[in-house]
Amino acid sequence: MAERSFAKEVEHLRLGDGEVFRGEAILAITKGLLQAGVSYVGGYQGSPISHLMDVLADAKDILGELGVNFQSSANEATAAAMLSASVMYPLRGAVAWKSTVGTNVASDALANLASGGVTGGTLVIIGEDYGEGSSIMQERTHAFAMKSQMWLLDPRPDHTCIVDLIAKGFELSEASNTPVMLEVRVRTCHMHGHFIAKDNVRPAFGLDDALNAPKRDLGRIVLPPAAYEHEQEKIARRLPAAIDFIRRNKLNEWFGPADGRVGIILQGGMYNNVIRALQYLGLSDAYGNTQIPLYVMNVTYPLIDSEVADFAQGKDAVLIVEEGQPDYLEQALNTVLRRRDIQTPLHGKDVLPMAGDYTIHAIMKGVQGFLDKRAPQLLGNRPPVPDATPVLADPKVVHLKSVVPPRPPGLCTGCPERPIFAAMKLVQQELGDHHVSADIGCHLFSILPPFNIGNTTMGFGLGAASSAAFSQSGGKRSIAVMGDGGFWHNGLTSGIGNAVFNKHDGVFLIVDNFYSSATGGQDILSSRALNKHRKTNNPISKAVAGVGATWVREVDRTYDVGRMRAVLKEALTTKEEGPKIIIASSECMLNRQRREKPLVAKAIKGGKRVVKERFGVDEDVCTGDHACIRLSGCPSLSVKQLDDPLRDDPVAAIDNSCVACGNCGEVSEAAALCPSFYRAEVVHNPTGWDRFKAKLSMALIGFLQQRRDRRRIVAEAA
Amino acid sequence: MRDQTLRLPLAAAGAATERPITIAIVAMGGQGGGVLSGWIVQLAEDAGWVAQSTSVPGVAQRTGATIYYVEMMPPANGQRPILAQMPTPGDVDIVLASEFMEAGRSILRGIVTPDRTTLIASNHRSLAISEKSAPGGGIADSGAVVEAIGVTARQQIIFNMDELAVRNGSVISSALFGALSGSGALPFSREDYHAVIKRDGKGVAASLKTFDAAFDRVTNPPPPVVLENVPAKQVAPAAADPRFAALLTSLRESLPEAAWPMAEAGLRKVVDYQDERYGWEYLEILGHVQSIDRLAGGEAHHYAFTENAAKYLANAMTYDDVIRVADLKTRAARRARIAREVGAGPQHILGTTEFMHPRMEEIAGMLPAGFARWLKSRQGLYGWLDRKVNKGRRVRTYSPGWFLVLYVLGGMQWLRRGSLRHAEEVAHREEWLRCAYDLVGSNYDLGVEVLKCHRLIKGYSDTHARGLSKFDKVMAEIRRIAPRFDAAVWARRLRETAIKDGEGGDLDGLIRTLHTLD
Repeated sequence: MAERSFAKEVEHLRLGDGEVFRGEAILAITKGLLQAGVSYVGGYQGSPISHLMDVLADAKDILGELGVNFQSSANEATAAAMLSASVMYPLRGAVAWKSTVGTNVASDALANLASGGVTGGTLVIIGEDYGEGSSIMQERTHAFAMKSQMWLLDPRPDHTCIVDLIAKGFELSEASNTPVMLEVRVRTCHMHGHFIAKDNVRPAFGLDDALNAPKRDLGRIVLPPAAYEHEQEKIARRLPAAIDFIRRNKLNEWFGPADGRVGIILQGGMYNNVIRALQYLGLSDAYGNTQIPLYVMNVTYPLIDSEVADFAQGKDAVLIVEEGQPDYLEQALNTVLRRRDIQTPLHGKDVLPMAGDYTIHAIMKGVQGFLDKRAPQLLGNRPPVPDATPVLADPKVVHLKSVVPPRPPGLCTGCPERPIFAAMKLVQQELGDHHVSADIGCHLFSILPPFNIGNTTMGFGLGAASSAAFSQSGGKRSIAVMGDGGFWHNGLTSGIGNAVFNKHDGVFLIVDNFYSSATGGQDILSSRALNKHRKTNNPISKAVAGVGATWVREVDRTYDVGRMRAVLKEALTTKEEGPKIIIASSECMLNRQRREKPLVAKAIKGGKRVVKERFGVDEDVCTGDHACIRLSGCPSLSVKQLDDPLRDDPVAAIDNSCVACGNCGEVSEAAALCPSFYRAEVVHNPTGWDRFKAKLSMALIGFLQQRRDRRRIVAEAA
Repeated sequence: MRDQTLRLPLAAAGAATERPITIAIVAMGGQGGGVLSGWIVQLAEDAGWVAQSTSVPGVAQRTGATIYYVEMMPPANGQRPILAQMPTPGDVDIVLASEFMEAGRSILRGIVTPDRTTLIASNHRSLAISEKSAPGGGIADSGAVVEAIGVTARQQIIFNMDELAVRNGSVISSALFGALSGSGALPFSREDYHAVIKRDGKGVAASLKTFDAAFDRVTNPPPPVVLENVPAKQVAPAAADPRFAALLTSLRESLPEAAWPMAEAGLRKVVDYQDERYGWEYLEILGHVQSIDRLAGGEAHHYAFTENAAKYLANAMTYDDVIRVADLKTRAARRARIAREVGAGPQHILGTTEFMHPRMEEIAGMLPAGFARWLKSRQGLYGWLDRKVNKGRRVRTYSPGWFLVLYVLGGMQWLRRGSLRHAEEVAHREEWLRCAYDLVGSNYDLGVEVLKCHRLIKGYSDTHARGLSKFDKVMAEIRRIAPRFDAAVWARRLRETAIKDGEGGDLDGLIRTLHTLD
C-alpha cells in the first residue's frame, strides 16, 4: 500500500489480554490470527477481505516481533499453495480471499492440500461475497468444502464467536489433519462490534525451525498409491476425528427451550437475522431469548449426525434456514433423518426462497409459513409485523419508481481509464463496433453507461484469454482489455503468453494504473512506488516482451486521447501478424490525489509557487447537447439548467471536485466536439516575474476589452 | 386438531419486547457514509449502549448508490441485544439520506414508513449518469420525491445540507450528524454528539461549525419561503441604452404583450450577437410572424406562435460560429466569472487554456460566400488547407499573442453578413419559417410544433451535422403527415424521439410506424 496508511488499525493488533477490541469484524479476524499463534499469512485482496491484507501489510513491526511471514500473494492459487508449509511441519498458517471467485482460482492447490492432509493448523478465511452489494456471480463456497473435504465454519455474526472459532478452527485442523475454511459474509466482515482481546502468541515452532530440519513423507504426496489411501483416510480417520472434536468442544450451539415441539436449524451466519425474524413474530426478545429451540451450526461441514438426530428426535417438525443454493444442508439433513428412520418432517426451501439473500423479511415469511403448517398456535394472535406494502402501493410512491434514476458505479473523477474508453468509443465510431472481451477491475465499468463497451467478462486476468477463440478470424479484430492487477494475477501467461504462442491476431489492451486499484490500491509488481518490503517497478512492457510479444505500444499518458485513439486505430488496422499489445499507463487518480493533495496544500501554505488547475465550461458557448458527457461520465462533469428563457436544455458544468485530469478538454478536442471547455490555471504565491508578465498582459487585454465593451449595445444603460 | 387451534383467540406467545433503534444511511460511494455510521456507533457506545453497524460497500464505493445500517440498544440484566445486519422494510426509525434522489430510493426500498420513520435528507442533487448524458433535458423531477416523502415519513427534516456544509468548510456527514442531533430522534444530548466529533481528530473545528449550523437549522427552522412568480427580466425603454430603447419601443408596439418577455430576451441575444441592425431584422421577421399569428386566430392561443418564433428565431439567428466563440471567450465578464468560480483572487494569477479544434469547414464558413464556394469546389486545395487547419489547438487565452488572435476574430461581425455560413443559415431559417407559416393557418398547434423543431439543431461540427439531419428528417415527416387531425401530437413525438435518437430514441422506427398508420 503506497498511498494509504493503516497505522490506526495496526494499533488494534497490539491489544493485550483483557483489553476491549472495537472495530470491524475483518480486523477482529486479523487480530484473532495473531492470538492463535499463526506463523504465516497470505492471500489476495478483494472485497470483503481487502482490509485484512492492507492492515497486515502495514503491520511489519508486529509481524516481525511475532515471527510471522505475511505475503500479498500473486493470486489465490499462490496463497493456497503457501499452505503446503503446514503439510509436514507443525506451523499454523492462514490465507484469505474473496469467494467463490478466489476459491475457484485456489481450488487446484486446495484439493492437493486436502488430499494429503496437514500437520499444522491451516485456516482459509473466506470472504463470502453473496447477496446484496456483491460484485460477483452468486455461488456457495460450501461446494468446495464438500468436494475436497475441508471443514467449513460459518460463525454467528459476533466478534467473540468469530475470534473463538479461529482458535478452535486451528485446533480442529490439527486434530483432524484437515484444512479448515472460515466463512464470513460481506455484512459480517464490515460489521462493527467488540470482543475481549488476548495477548498475541509467538509460535513455539517457527518457519526457521522447519527450514533447518526439513521433513518428508511420501505418504503425504498426491501420487498413486498414496492418493487412494488419502481418500480412505479422509473417511476412516479424519472425518471421525473432526466430528469428535466438534462435539467435544461444542462448536455448534443450542439456544432456547430444551423441550420445544418444533425447532429451527440454521447456519451460524443466519443467527442474528433469524432472531430478529422471531422477534417480529413474537417468539423471541431482542436479547435472543427465543421460545423456539435453535440448533446453530457454526460448523456447516461436516454435519454432526448425532447432534442433528438428537435435535430432531421427538419434535413435530424442524425447519432448516440455509442461505443460497443448491440446498446442500437440507439434502444432507434429510439423509441423516432417513438413515436413522427419524420421522420428524423437515422443512426448508419449501417455505423459504431457494435462491438469493435471506433478508429478515424472507426469513420471517419462511418461519411464518413453517409455523402455519406445523405449530400455528405459536403465532398466537399474530401481532402486526413490519410491512411496507401499503406504503409502496401509494400512488405517489408508485410514481416515484419511474422517477428515481439508477445509480450504477462508475470511474472516479480524473480516472486515467476514462480517456482510454473515450478513445475506444471514438475509434469504434470510425471503424465500427468490435468484439471486446472485458476483464475484472475498475475498467469493467466500461460496460456501463456512458461507454457501453465490453461484450463478455470471464474472470480476473482472463480478459485476454477470453478472446482466444477469435485468434485467427479474418473479420474485424477482437479487442481484449485487462488491468495490471489481472495481468499479474495470471493474465501474463493465460492471456498474453497464450496469444503470442497461438499467433492471435487481435488487440490486447493492458490498463496499467500503478496499483491493484479496484481492491483498494495495493502495490503489485509493476507499481511505480518504491516499497521497502517488496520489489516493485517491474514494467509490464518487459514482461510481455519476455514472453515473445513484438508489436507493443506504450502510451504513458492515457489522457492524451488523440494519441490513445491513434494507437488503437493502428493496432486495429496494422498488417503485422501476432498480438497487438497496447500498454496504457497513468496513475490511479484516487491514489495520486491521496498523495498529492496534502503536499499541494502544504506547499501553498508554505508560500511556494504552485499552479492549481481545474476545468470549466463556458456556459454561453455550450449548446447543451451533452455529447461530451456521453464520452466521459466523469462525476465532476454534470449539467445545470440556466436561467435563460431561450434555452430548453441544461448545459454542461464542472464542479469544484475536478482534479484537472484533462479528459474533457482532450475529448472535445479529439472528437472536435465544441470549444466550450477551458482549463483554468491559478498560480498561488506567484513570483515577481509572474506578476510582471501578468501585469503587462492584463494591461493590454484590459485595454482591448474596454474598447470593445464601449461599442457593445447593452440593454441596461450604464 | 391444528386447524381448530388456528382459530382460537390466543394471545401472542411472547411479548414482542423492546426493539433496538434502527438507522439506515443511504448515500453514494465517497460521500462519507462510513464516517457518519462510525460516529453514530460511537455516540451509542459512549452512552453504554450496544451498537452495531454493517455495510455492503462492494463496487458501490465508486459513486454508486449504497447503504449503511446501524442498530443500537442498551444491554439489560447483563444480556447484550442480538442486532440485525440489514434494514427491514417497515421497521426503520431513522433514515439519513445524503442526496435527494437517494432519499427517493430509500422510500422505494420501503424503509421510510409513516408509523416510525424520521427522514433526514439533503435536498441537493448530484445527478446520475442517465440524467446527465440524456440528450435534451433528462433531470429527474425532485417534486416526485417531495410528494412521496409527504405520504411516507413520520417526521421530515429536509434542507440543502451540502450547501450548508460547504458554507461552513466541511462535508455533508457533519451536517447530517447535526440534523440528526437537532431532530431529537435519539436520546443523546448535543454535548454527546460534540464529544464524538472532537475525538475524531480530523477537521474538528469545521465539523463542529457545520454540525452546529445544521442543528440550529433544524431546531430553529427559517420561515418558509413564499415562492412568487418572478417576472422575466425586462427593462423599461426609458432605462435602456438609447440604441436599444428604440428597438424595445418598436417591439412593444408591434408584438402582442404575451410575447414581450421572450421577444425581449431574443432581442438582447441577437443584438449582442451582431449589431443594432440585426435587432431590426429580428423585429421585422417577428412582425411578419405576428401578423400571420393573428390571421390564424392566435389570440385564442395566447399568441403561442409568436412567442415560440421569438424564442427559436433568436436561436436560429445566433448560430454558433468562430466569431461568436472568439467574442465570448475574450469578454471581460467571462474572465470575472471564471475567477469567481475557481476562487482566484488578486493574490493569484489566473490563466486559461482553451481546447479548440477548428476545421477548414468553420474557416470557409466565415469567408465571403462566393469565395468560399469557389474554394470548396477546388477539392485538392481545400483538402490541403483542411490538413493544415484541422487539428487540436491549445489556446492560452490570456497570453498577449493568443488574446489578440481571438480578439480580432471576435470582432469580425462585419464579415458575417456576407459569409457562406450566413447565407446557408438564412436559407435554412427561411425554409423552416415558411413551413411553419404554411401550416399554422390550418393547424395552429402544428405550426407551433414546427417552430419548436429548431431545438434539434445545436452543437458544433459533427454534432451540429447530426442535428441538422435529424431536423430535416423530422420536418419532411411533418410535412407528409400535416393533413392528419392529430399531426401536432405526432410532430411533438417525432421531435422528442429525435432529441433522444441513438440514445434510447429510435427516430427511424417511429417514422416507419407512422407510415403504417396511413
